[in-house]
Amino acid sequence: MLVTRRGSRREIAALDHVAISVGLRKGMPVSKAQAMIKSLHVSDLDAAGDREAIERLALWALQRFSPLVAADQPDGIVMDIAGADHLHGGEEMVLKKILSQFKAAELSRKAALADTWGQAHALARYHKHPAVLIEPGQGASIIRDLPLPALRLPEATVAALRTLGFETIRDLASAPRATLTLRFGPEIGRRIDQAMGLVGEPIEPVELPEIIEVARPFGEPIGAADTIAKYIRQLVERLVSDLEKKGLGARRLDLLAHRVDNTTVTVRVGTALPIRDTKRLTRLLTDKIEKIDPGFGIEQLRLRAVQAESLDPAQMINSLVDDADQDVAALIDVLSNRMGQGALYRFAPVASDIPERSFQKIPPLSEETIGDWPSKWPRPTRLLPYPEPIETMALLPDHPPVWFTWRGVRRRIKAADGPERIFGEWWKTDFEIAAVRDYFRVEDETGERYWIYRSGDGVDPETGSLKWYLHGVFG
Amino acid sequence: MNQAIDSAMIAELREKIGRLEGRPASQRVVLPFGVDVIDRHLPGGGLSLGALHEVAAGGNGAIDGAAAALFAAGIVARTKGKVLWCVTRQDLFAPAIAQVGLSANRVIYVEAGDEQSVLEAFEEGMRYGGLGGIVAEVAKLTMTASRRLQLAAETSGAIGIAIRRWRRQTEAADFGQPTAAVTRWRISSLPSRPLPVPGVGRARWQVELIRCRGAEAADFVDAFGEAQRRRLKSPWCS
Repeated sequence: MLVTRRGSRREIAALDHVAISVGLRKGMPVSKAQAMIKSLHVSDLDAAGDREAIERLALWALQRFSPLVAADQPDGIVMDIAGADHLHGGEEMVLKKILSQFKAAELSRKAALADTWGQAHALARYHKHPAVLIEPGQGASIIRDLPLPALRLPEATVAALRTLGFETIRDLASAPRATLTLRFGPEIGRRIDQAMGLVGEPIEPVELPEIIEVARPFGEPIGAADTIAKYIRQLVERLVSDLEKKGLGARRLDLLAHRVDNTTVTVRVGTALPIRDTKRLTRLLTDKIEKIDPGFGIEQLRLRAVQAESLDPAQMINSLVDDADQDVAALIDVLSNRMGQGALYRFAPVASDIPERSFQKIPPLSEETIGDWPSKWPRPTRLLPYPEPIETMALLPDHPPVWFTWRGVRRRIKAADGPERIFGEWWKTDFEIAAVRDYFRVEDETGERYWIYRSGDGVDPETGSLKWYLHGVFG
Repeated sequence: MNQAIDSAMIAELREKIGRLEGRPASQRVVLPFGVDVIDRHLPGGGLSLGALHEVAAGGNGAIDGAAAALFAAGIVARTKGKVLWCVTRQDLFAPAIAQVGLSANRVIYVEAGDEQSVLEAFEEGMRYGGLGGIVAEVAKLTMTASRRLQLAAETSGAIGIAIRRWRRQTEAADFGQPTAAVTRWRISSLPSRPLPVPGVGRARWQVELIRCRGAEAADFVDAFGEAQRRRLKSPWCS
């Protein structure tokens, strides 16, 4: 429990969930709390330290999630992810990633993704779910039911409004604006409009001090795609020479376009390996030009390397024999900036007998994996994402079915190989101690081949349900 | 004598046509199958590199495209360098691809999510030039799209294989529509020869060359005999 001083009174400023569960509340006098609970752990609130910690957290988020991050004091950070969600595979994935990374850092977390800062602020703090994703245009109706403090109003105003009988944002939004303004000033109207998205609210982003950044202001605002591309190229050239001086290569680049209407459009691109190649970086950024909406014109373009790693000059390989393995990193960067980083991968073997666990996805430029799948047994070309149940007629326990029906088509089995018995991995889950699958490779009348299995060994019901499934198709 | 003149004339004509098509015929590089029957039939003695090829599977294969995928994997396995394999949704089983000789270390998969993105990735890969081969699984391939791909292949010299794979059997009629692909294949499974003991015999394919620029269409039933199959490292032989 943390304590702050208000006038001569010491009251609770923040408390953990254990304290909440025993009935303590924010704003309660400390003496009362100490009377209720004997072994109370009390320490003073370090407001300045907390503000600094939030700023640090914002910088950390800047490198990971979004080019525009600001501290939303005293207890949150706000990010504009519009230009960067594609790197993580969409808005939902960004939200998931943020939550899981905060969890890994053992921070308590709630997150919301909405149209405006005001909505996200309210939903993150006052919605009952820890993670909220609001479809565009839906936020305004959802936040109406939230309590008044969600509007970011001064505490005194909230208390006065409560006295007047206002409880939720809906009450306030439907009340006549003029009288409220007369009594409380323009603050209430402004906050409501910001939350509903009627008034813009630019984010004043945090800046990394040691970041490598180049900027280009324009006397006359620019707007044409060709012009933007030309200046991107110039900026990249300057950035690359800066990177070269420091021996760094860019892993993540932000392009910030400041428009004349005081909004910032951002584009973020990532690379698989650190690079400082003018041509490749320009290509990655110009690929995203259609995402930059110039509005009434762009006043300033800024380019910064948010994440840079050391990149030492490497010797060019010059041999008589052509290097067969050409560098594909440039292609990978182009594609993964377009489709998201998870969309590109390689498969690597995993030591498991269970087909769906025998491979894993690894990043496309990882080291070559050693080892291979056992090549003795025929394996189907296509593996169904989930084994599909089939209807069969079979003689137990070790005969393949005589026919089976899959996706409404009945197929007579002309020849079969099997069973290939696969045991459950009891070291993974308890359920698999006795589990068994008997795989058969079967060929139907037309020569098409399928991989089917029976769950269980055909005798002991403990080993499986004795139902048949189709798991793969051979070529 | 007459015949000698004829063949000289034909060679000259071929070169002329090659020039009209955009590059000298002498520069055309091919990738032989290593199967005499097929190589003898194809112009230049193999599949031309720097070109788009189309493969579909017959029967149920039109939906799962299993045989077509193996055929394509067998071809790109014999090229050098990385292979880009673009799919809408992943259902390839990596061990099977490794079994036809295409090491998992060489294949980079792109799971694009929708058809349009698959074509985009396909074209980007074809244009890139540093890849051994590019495979993409698509249902629809229009004349315009295939022409773009073919042009990209010609500039980079990469071999591109479009595996045609449809959602429904009825959509497979789309394979009749013309595209700019240089060759067009259909692979169908045939019933294996019965073995003297219970068990599944060696897989047999009917490989149809439906269209080929500069050669007749042809049928190769079970052309990938035991020996060739091993050399081709194409499907599993038991």
